[in-house]
Amino acid sequence: MSLTLRKKSFFASFFSKKEESFFLERKKQRTFTSCCFTLALLAASTPAFAYRIYVSNEKDNTITVLDGATLAIVKTVDVGARPRGIVLSGDGKSLYICTSDADHIEVLDLTSLTVSRILPSNPDPEYMALSHDGKSLYVANEDNSQVSVLDVAQGRIVSEIPVGVEPEGMAVSPDDKTVVCTSETTSMTHFIDVATHTVVASVLVGTRPRFAVFTKDGGQVWVSSEVAGTVAVIDTASHKVLHTIHFNLPEVPTAAIQAVGINLTADGKYAFVDLGPANRVAVIDPKTFEVEKYLLVGQRVWHNAFSPDEKLLYTANGLSNDMSVIDVAALEVTQSVPVGQSPWGVVIGP
Amino acid sequence: MRLRARRISLKLMRRSHLFPAMLAAGAVLCSPARAADEIGIVYLGLNTRHHLASTLLDLPPDDPGLKGAQLAVSDTNTTGRFTNQHFSLDVENAPDAASVLAAFGKALAAGRKLFVANLPADILLKLAAAPGAKDSVILDATSSDDRLRQADCRANMLHILPSRAMLADALMQYLVTKSWTRIMLLVGRDPEDALYADAIRHAAEKFQIAVKADRPWTFNAAAQQADTGHYQVNDEVVKATQGTSYDILVVADEADNFGDELAYRTDTPRPVAGTQGLVPTAWSHAMDEYASTQLQTRFHREEGRWMTPQDYGGWLAVRAIGEAATRSASADPAKIISYLHGPNFSMSGYKGPELTFRKWDGQLRQPVLLTTDRSLVSISPQPGFLHQTNDLDSLGYDQPESACHLP
Repeated sequence: MSLTLRKKSFFASFFSKKEESFFLERKKQRTFTSCCFTLALLAASTPAFAYRIYVSNEKDNTITVLDGATLAIVKTVDVGARPRGIVLSGDGKSLYICTSDADHIEVLDLTSLTVSRILPSNPDPEYMALSHDGKSLYVANEDNSQVSVLDVAQGRIVSEIPVGVEPEGMAVSPDDKTVVCTSETTSMTHFIDVATHTVVASVLVGTRPRFAVFTKDGGQVWVSSEVAGTVAVIDTASHKVLHTIHFNLPEVPTAAIQAVGINLTADGKYAFVDLGPANRVAVIDPKTFEVEKYLLVGQRVWHNAFSPDEKLLYTANGLSNDMSVIDVAALEVTQSVPVGQSPWGVVIGP
Repeated sequence: MRLRARRISLKLMRRSHLFPAMLAAGAVLCSPARAADEIGIVYLGLNTRHHLASTLLDLPPDDPGLKGAQLAVSDTNTTGRFTNQHFSLDVENAPDAASVLAAFGKALAAGRKLFVANLPADILLKLAAAPGAKDSVILDATSSDDRLRQADCRANMLHILPSRAMLADALMQYLVTKSWTRIMLLVGRDPEDALYADAIRHAAEKFQIAVKADRPWTFNAAAQQADTGHYQVNDEVVKATQGTSYDILVVADEADNFGDELAYRTDTPRPVAGTQGLVPTAWSHAMDEYASTQLQTRFHREEGRWMTPQDYGGWLAVRAIGEAATRSASADPAKIISYLHGPNFSMSGYKGPELTFRKWDGQLRQPVLLTTDRSLVSISPQPGFLHQTNDLDSLGYDQPESACHLP
């Protein structure tokens, strides 16, 4: 097993130097497949297309870039102080990074893996969401009780929307008409109308809401609460809480059950909820809201991201300084990979 | 400094130009537009009695408690923008007990029912018994007196900060986890020191910690500030700590008269804990877990100093009222008070679990920090100290042993 892995990482590091590595790799793999059995196995285990995994490391001010196929670290990029929320740009060519203590957003060029641009953000940007056309970034300013709307092309803030205390979770609806923001101390999910940039509804949820995500059809918003240790499922149309999901882990102290990152599979089969210092990811059936399984991952699991084919889920584990890999079909944790200090966010990109 | 001033002015500018947007946000939520519901809170305090600090390094602030309450008003008003509620704090700082009672009576007569108090036990009890106070609530934001949670408990009072029993239990649990099970107790001369020492003795028995020596500290506190006084202090501490084998020196000196002069001067090399050294406390500037950095920086930015435990008490007290008003969706004091006492109340305190009130004595359940000046050492309850309903009830007097049984 370890031999196979080493071989794979050798390939990745060799080809990643070239810009057209993706095509080359596939071409070579096809050539080798015809003549070599071992390499045929290798090619079979390579995902449909190449991707990289980006992890923000809050404490050592870096972004770890990993190869999706081999999980080898391609580069550790130095960025500004306290990188937390990360989001892929609309064209997939760059990564926006909330460098919270530097009070701005850095743009990481994914070809050169260098910071190519700085965007303003207002103080203490923690998390953000991008409109589907890639033009507007909605940034939660944790220290400032507001959401800043950033025009990416112009590189300037075009609007500031007052929200509750310590805004953090941000999400854009699939139709781009609504942005939601969670404010932690206010314990609310704010629904912001994109056309008018005003808050049209504020829904009380469990204490310290951290993260929000729309279902694929936009009908629901799932909001995790860190201190309450719950997930509220809100009906987008009526702004009512449809259901509150609780997590029952007798072997873990109640305070350690902190719901943070959430991801839903496109097929509507599973929701994965990171439970922070409970060191587990809860697997939920989104139809019944029942917890089906708890997966033991690294310590203080904060955020997660799917591979492009949704066969794998990667989690950023803040205290064990690593990333866990979950096999979505098998619902099993298959691997852990050391990354930087205090991993916070994880994003998949080219 | 200049940078900070600039940031604040920018913030004000930003706020002012956003004001129409805020109004719009409020209006959408509660059309037809109407004025926000006003929720008035009265803060009752004594003008701080200044005492000479034992060290010039950490001069006590003039207004501990109040600044925390004021920050919470600002935090809660941010929430209020979305619920159409506005909170205000009327500050009544009086020079003596009689003036506090007079201010309280006047507020009651004006129909006020929500009070946050930064007052000693004797005055709190007079307030609770005052005519017309029965259907009000007094949030005791700063006291740690166990009698207020025991024989002298009152139905119209809730206690925000941990009692001395909770602090002592938090320390003893930690000593158990370290297997430092033999203590020497050194007790100051103030009446509060005697209460703290009682709590330590009770907790030691509860957690099977042996009090190997229990001694009063009788040395003149002024000596340490004389030139060459440190030689005398050193000799005195050696004398006071001789002759017994123990693991850790526990000091009861709430007013900081001598406790800081014990470490490194003991006869045998032993760490110091209690009111100095490793301190069990509700809050500390060394705390940076559970997102507390947000609260710490917000407070420091406003006040230019760190948040004290009293400030934290003031903050929690006002936030508790704010939370009850938000969750009950009401500005009616009777409904707010009923929610505070009810089964659904809980709040976040930046210390991990949700904080709730104990039904039997009105005490806010909470973790207790164990800190030194510059680091968070631990947070109690310690892992493994379990309780049948809530692990936080392993700190302080639990329902079966409580002398207080509120309905």
